[in-house]
Amino acid sequence: MGEPPARDPWTQLTGLTAARIALGRAGPALPTREVLALALAHAQARDAVHAPFDADAVARGLEALGHATVQVASAAPDRATYLRRPDLGRRLSGAGRETLERSGARGSELVLVVADGLSSAAANAHAVPLVAALAPYVDRAGWSLGPVVIATQARVALGDEIGERLGAGMVALLVGERPGLSSPDSLGIYLTHAPHVGRTDAERNCISNIRPEGLSYEEAAFKLAWHIAEARRLGLTGVGLKDESDLVSLTLESRVPLPPA
Amino acid sequence: MIPACTGRAMGYRQVVGTTTWTFPDLKDLLAKASPLRSGDALAGLAASCAQENVAAKLALAEVPLKTLLDQPLIPYETDEVTRLICDSHDAQAFGPIGGLTVGAFRDFLLSETTTPAVLARLAPAITPEMAAAVSKLMRNQDLILVASNCRVTTRFRNTIGLAGTLAVRLQPNHPTDDPAGITASVLDGLMYGCGDAVIGINPASDSLAATGELLRLLDGLIGRFEIPTQACVLAHVTTSLELIERGAPVDLVFQSVAGTQAANASFGVNLALLKEGREAALSLKRGTVGDNVMYFETGQGSALSAGAHHGVDQQTLEARAYAVARAFDPLLVNTVVGFIGPEYLYDGKQIIRAGLEDHFCGKLMGAPLGCDVCYTNHAQADQDDIDTLLTLLATAGVTFVMGVPGGDDVMLNYQSTSFHDALYIRELLGLGRAPEFEAWLEGMKITGGDGRLLPRTPTHRLLMGV
Repeated sequence: MGEPPARDPWTQLTGLTAARIALGRAGPALPTREVLALALAHAQARDAVHAPFDADAVARGLEALGHATVQVASAAPDRATYLRRPDLGRRLSGAGRETLERSGARGSELVLVVADGLSSAAANAHAVPLVAALAPYVDRAGWSLGPVVIATQARVALGDEIGERLGAGMVALLVGERPGLSSPDSLGIYLTHAPHVGRTDAERNCISNIRPEGLSYEEAAFKLAWHIAEARRLGLTGVGLKDESDLVSLTLESRVPLPPA
Repeated sequence: MIPACTGRAMGYRQVVGTTTWTFPDLKDLLAKASPLRSGDALAGLAASCAQENVAAKLALAEVPLKTLLDQPLIPYETDEVTRLICDSHDAQAFGPIGGLTVGAFRDFLLSETTTPAVLARLAPAITPEMAAAVSKLMRNQDLILVASNCRVTTRFRNTIGLAGTLAVRLQPNHPTDDPAGITASVLDGLMYGCGDAVIGINPASDSLAATGELLRLLDGLIGRFEIPTQACVLAHVTTSLELIERGAPVDLVFQSVAGTQAANASFGVNLALLKEGREAALSLKRGTVGDNVMYFETGQGSALSAGAHHGVDQQTLEARAYAVARAFDPLLVNTVVGFIGPEYLYDGKQIIRAGLEDHFCGKLMGAPLGCDVCYTNHAQADQDDIDTLLTLLATAGVTFVMGVPGGDDVMLNYQSTSFHDALYIRELLGLGRAPEFEAWLEGMKITGGDGRLLPRTPTHRLLMGV
């Protein structure tokens, strides 16, 4: 019988970081349990990228909250093309343009887009609860909301064309983020004021790492509402809008006096 | 088949059987001759089919090296990287290869008489376009064999790049820059014998206060345990300059660089700013055995990503980034080969090829090339691809690789090589560490005389001391 893997006598440090420390070793290599743990985490992240986006289920969830929905696809016809051609993921398909045209929705102050991005798992799991958490802020501020657009094979900048075609004052795009091993289903929000094709990433604000183990739905909804109100006040998003939402404490009382809408 | 290479005005022609392939200019020829990768396809520069790719290689093999020197791919007047390449070219050292074609240059590089000493003398005569061009005619084994004969040695608090050694950057990143969390990863890495290249943190925040705090943390650890290595927080060069101004303990100044003036501008840098960063770091005189004070990172696709590629293929532009790097006598140059994503390097095969090309070009040009052997979760790659590229690069004599706890970077969300992977490759190929660091590890009873890890105890000095 061979020697068991050597353990590292500093396992007390593992509480200080999510990094994979004190793993022990089998000779120079990882012990079997750690090799397989890493393989499993990678499999989860891979599947998050390639799992189909369940746009219908997201639509049902949003409709149950009382939202009208519109489903569109980007110009990238499939996942393999989407990964190779980011330019196609930033533009609507022909059918998508017609769908928006037919929807007749125009000129709302805010349009929400739910996009699969690089983690459909994140969009499937977190988009509906996040929209639900945002509802009280929208109601209180009285922002007019267009139909929620559900976009497949979508990159962040697809929100620019959607917002432009719908004549929206602002677009908040909820998108599955590039998955990490410890965060395969993290959702991000990109907020763009006066969206139109050609906006740069420097003209957006991002709220990242939305998932139960990261930024909660409630925290994310609060941050988003804060950014929307600030963007309306300043008339812009991007580098000119610095996130100071953490200066407002997250208590129920302080949520009421949002900056004037 | 008759290779029929003509001059600039007419472009390049290559007849293969009954087909005549034409390439309007040198940059088109270089792009079409490149092994296929998604980034060149995305840019619309890639060969249309396998035969066009080989036809371009055949035509490229006939191009004189001198032509690559005389016909800049990006105009001298509008691009300071081109000016740097032309103005710093060593015409005297170029003499022995000045009459060669690209194809003959490959044969020359592979000759037994082209020794490490010959290659070292040639480095200042080799422009990035020459290195990139010849690499496009080389198979992976050629890239490995020639690179293994290129020695680049650099020094700050230890000696990096000696024959028979491989250094490791200890990368203890943390999603919120938490000092205790970072310290835990540093200890883990040191106990695994890693950290001779640098202890280098990618900060989650680029704020001056956070960066300064991390620098003091690492400086404290290095000072307290007298570790013969250097620290770096990979913040923007302007952040490092400001921190030096405020008296922070900056060992190495970091910057991401690319191969065109416009791409560097998108990073917020230019050559004058890099010079300023280097001079500020030199003024601190913190090195003990040498004064290589710069740490650069690069990666194929960065120029296209910034819309600043000028119709030049991504591998040639990557080699131009090494011309930027070598001008500042860096301690370390790191090609972060699989980080950018599948739209530039689609799968394990493309990542592996790019890693070998980058290392070869950098070493041939005299830069201390290391490689972040890595992949993202949306690329078609996995741990087996990391193992393959690490093994190939180590046989090619790569200067350093990353050491990330368990191979999983919890801040940047990608997979790189681990502390364990470093042990594996040392065990397999008998590679040592930077000698000063190796001696320190032995003195600390982390390793024994054979460089292998000793059994560890909970009362080890390093564990008790923090």
